[in-house]
Amino acid sequence: MKYDYYPGCTLKTKAKELDRCLRASAEALGIQLEELPEWQCCGGVYTTARDEIATKLSAVRALSAARDSTGTLVTVCAGCHNVLKRVNDDVKNDDYFNQRVNNYLLPEKPYLGETRVVHFLELLRDEVGFDEIKKRVVNPIGKKIAPYYGCLLLRPSSVMAFDDPENPTVLEKFVECIGGTPVVSPMRNECCGAYTTVSDPSAAAEYSGKIVDSCVKNGANLIITACPLCQYNLVKRDGRLPVVYFTELLAEALGVKE
Amino acid sequence: MNDIKKTTEQLAFMSGAVTSRCMGCGKCTASCPAFDRMEYHPHQFVYMVETGRIDKLLASKSAFSCLTCFACVERCPRMVEPARLIEAVRLAVERQQGGNRLLPDDVPCVIDDDMPQQAVVAALRKFTK
Repeated sequence: MKYDYYPGCTLKTKAKELDRCLRASAEALGIQLEELPEWQCCGGVYTTARDEIATKLSAVRALSAARDSTGTLVTVCAGCHNVLKRVNDDVKNDDYFNQRVNNYLLPEKPYLGETRVVHFLELLRDEVGFDEIKKRVVNPIGKKIAPYYGCLLLRPSSVMAFDDPENPTVLEKFVECIGGTPVVSPMRNECCGAYTTVSDPSAAAEYSGKIVDSCVKNGANLIITACPLCQYNLVKRDGRLPVVYFTELLAEALGVKE
Repeated sequence: MNDIKKTTEQLAFMSGAVTSRCMGCGKCTASCPAFDRMEYHPHQFVYMVETGRIDKLLASKSAFSCLTCFACVERCPRMVEPARLIEAVRLAVERQQGGNRLLPDDVPCVIDDDMPQQAVVAALRKFTK
């Protein structure tokens, strides 16, 4: 299994463990990830306005480069995944956007949204299989773990098609396969406050507080996420529970963390 | 402020939101984590654009509280997509001279050593044009 891999800016700086543990786990599971050469920032956040073109160009560059390579772009940061998948959908389905992007970038072959954007969790679920991962676990993680999805992996479900947007299960199944006990919080798909942590930290503290509250009340020892911004908000704006990346626990369970 | 009718048409194009579909159930506002921080709530954005009262929306800070979490879009039974409309209103404000909410010079004062790049880039993208 060989795929192009898009790490994203935050994984090179503040979220190095998300990246490092993903690479170690992928290797242990026989998944070959080639970092996309010369990738740039995905844009950080998807802008919904149809006439916002320039903010989406770097995502199209990455998507187009992946088309010319393996045809599948694997992401792990929830932010990058949301941006890349939604921009890809725009290229595929919005002629207004598609025409302007191709006019500007002028690729040798017009980019028409051919690349498949796959989150690492989807790859584990659909192409490796949780049963297969379970067989390779050498250090079962015996903790009560609350999966936190946030917004970016799930919504809008019409485009992301990641899981049931109101009752997702992929992270719960992941927790089970690495030997943990999933703690289901009803707040697991609510927003942590996202980028308002920069403009209004008290808002992010309020939203993150409600999420951590719910995890504490349901008896979790630990929260897992795929998003560096969620991790920051839940820890920095609240901090009652440790919050780690799901790849950290995967690498630990597979015995390849150090 | 520019011609209200033209600005309303522009908001409709940018957002793709069809406000006439709204049946006023309020599920968007009930789903919104930020509704209590907004002077005008998500369902009011839809109603005010539909009835051409956008001058009040453009003068309000409400759009800057939106998290673009898309809970309202996901849960709307009529596919009105309020978050897209709110983003269009915010951009209409920011695209005017002096409309930026966060300036690059403000950033060093609000970041800390742990804040991910993603947060800063996203905030600048959302609050600056």
